[in-house]
Amino acid sequence: MGLRGEAAIVGFTELPASKRPTGPLESTLEQWARLAAATLADAGLPATAIDGICTGHLQEARIFAPSTIVEYLGVKANFAEMIDLGGASAAAMVWRAAAAIELGVCNAVLCVLPGTPLTPVSEKKPPEVSDSLHFGGSSNRYGSPQAEFEIPYGTLGQNGPYGRVATLYGATYGYDERAIAKIAVDQRFNANHHPGAIFHDAPITVDDVVNSPVIASPLHMLEIVMPVMGGAGVLVTNADLARRSSNRPVWVKGFGERVPYKMPMYAENLLQTPMIEAAQSAFSMAGLAPADMDMVSIYDCYTITALLSLEDAGFCEKGAGLQFVADHDLTFRGDFPMNTAGGQLGYGQAGFAGGMHHVCDASRQIMGRAGTTQVTDCNRAFVSGNGGVLAEQTTLVLEGD
Amino acid sequence: MNDFSRPMPVPTPISQPFWDALAEHKIRIQYSPSAQRYVFYPRVLAPGTLADDLQWQEISGAGSLYSYTVAHRPVAPHFADGVPHILAIAQWDEGPRFATEIVNTDPSQLRVGMPIRPVFVDVPDDGITLLCYEAA
Repeated sequence: MGLRGEAAIVGFTELPASKRPTGPLESTLEQWARLAAATLADAGLPATAIDGICTGHLQEARIFAPSTIVEYLGVKANFAEMIDLGGASAAAMVWRAAAAIELGVCNAVLCVLPGTPLTPVSEKKPPEVSDSLHFGGSSNRYGSPQAEFEIPYGTLGQNGPYGRVATLYGATYGYDERAIAKIAVDQRFNANHHPGAIFHDAPITVDDVVNSPVIASPLHMLEIVMPVMGGAGVLVTNADLARRSSNRPVWVKGFGERVPYKMPMYAENLLQTPMIEAAQSAFSMAGLAPADMDMVSIYDCYTITALLSLEDAGFCEKGAGLQFVADHDLTFRGDFPMNTAGGQLGYGQAGFAGGMHHVCDASRQIMGRAGTTQVTDCNRAFVSGNGGVLAEQTTLVLEGD
Repeated sequence: MNDFSRPMPVPTPISQPFWDALAEHKIRIQYSPSAQRYVFYPRVLAPGTLADDLQWQEISGAGSLYSYTVAHRPVAPHFADGVPHILAIAQWDEGPRFATEIVNTDPSQLRVGMPIRPVFVDVPDDGITLLCYEAA
């Protein structure tokens, strides 16, 4: 079952994170086109090679987003899909692209996630007011279970629900706020060496993290991602195009995806995340084990997300994550290089493009293009994606030649 | 232009019996005889089996605190006057979990697994009764 590992990421783009737009505002569609061109240029392949796309939502088209994009780009697609898995979308796009390629449906699939939500507006066509402005990923529409049974009590968005996960983790396995803070500190060190990161010039210490305000107990402000402007994309191709591209191909050897609910309060056990099945799938498909990975890029909207993902992907035993973090140097120069471009905690979270941060991080390393943060002999990487509140989880196992 | 009053539930025809019971300060949720389990939130068919046998049954509402967080920043402008805000997951003795708010309880008293009991909060302006919880 699964991929043969004959499709590869051959180019990527990740825009530098910024707190505000750095130029004139552009529509999601316009951002898409620029990210597509930059990704193709990075791969050294022409736009005419494109015959598939994976996209997220478009501000300009609530439905029929994929066809709107191929028309705008002027390409023709044999496979055009919108993926709606939040922060898990990026890895989900990559495996769908690889599957379409291995099926022979496509030769080259663009996977792009614009990440600058501020788009031009006209008072003549005012934008629909979106729930996401105040309710994050929770739906406040009539008939939505969340609108009826969660939002009225304040269960909405992400901070509170993740705080509850961390509380239960602490009650079950014990909690050490300084140990979990080290996840943010090590990644910040990596961010300090990556020019695109929002925190590239601001180091932090464990004291800084635990002294930052508690937002939703036990989570502190510095354990929560900073929203930024950005955007990212990758190009996935077949082996022929991969050999002609500018970069060392990053083969998609395995993937996993698990989507059991929208809110983990309905999980049988909230601490057994979908990552367990998603990671087992990816490793068994690739014929590799967690210990075979040279680096990992773990979705880190919160420190607790990264901690649970490390455990449930099998990098340490369940409940031993805090000890694992304490025992290992998670920086790019350490014994367990993780989120070497800063993770989202250090780089910033450009909306759903945040998931693509991790795909780009791993690709950059395997391609050998990570500069001062390059991990020596980096050939294998594990990438995780996470949507909503530990609800949609996706994984990739990537390998260089 | 912005309405930042607290968002209130709007019952649907399927969920109406739940809200009708709360108005009487009772708790009725669905039960699937074929799956032999209680179900929450209200649905047209039983989750997991899609059996068409859901029936309404009254439960006591007693349960335990599955987990919680204390929000020190408002979760949305609609809750600006509500911090610290205890966002909780109740686990009913009958099985299902319920997102709720802990009231009348100091946050320092909270412990995962502690017994909790229902507090019916009538909101006459909206014709709704909310189901909050407090330390038992």
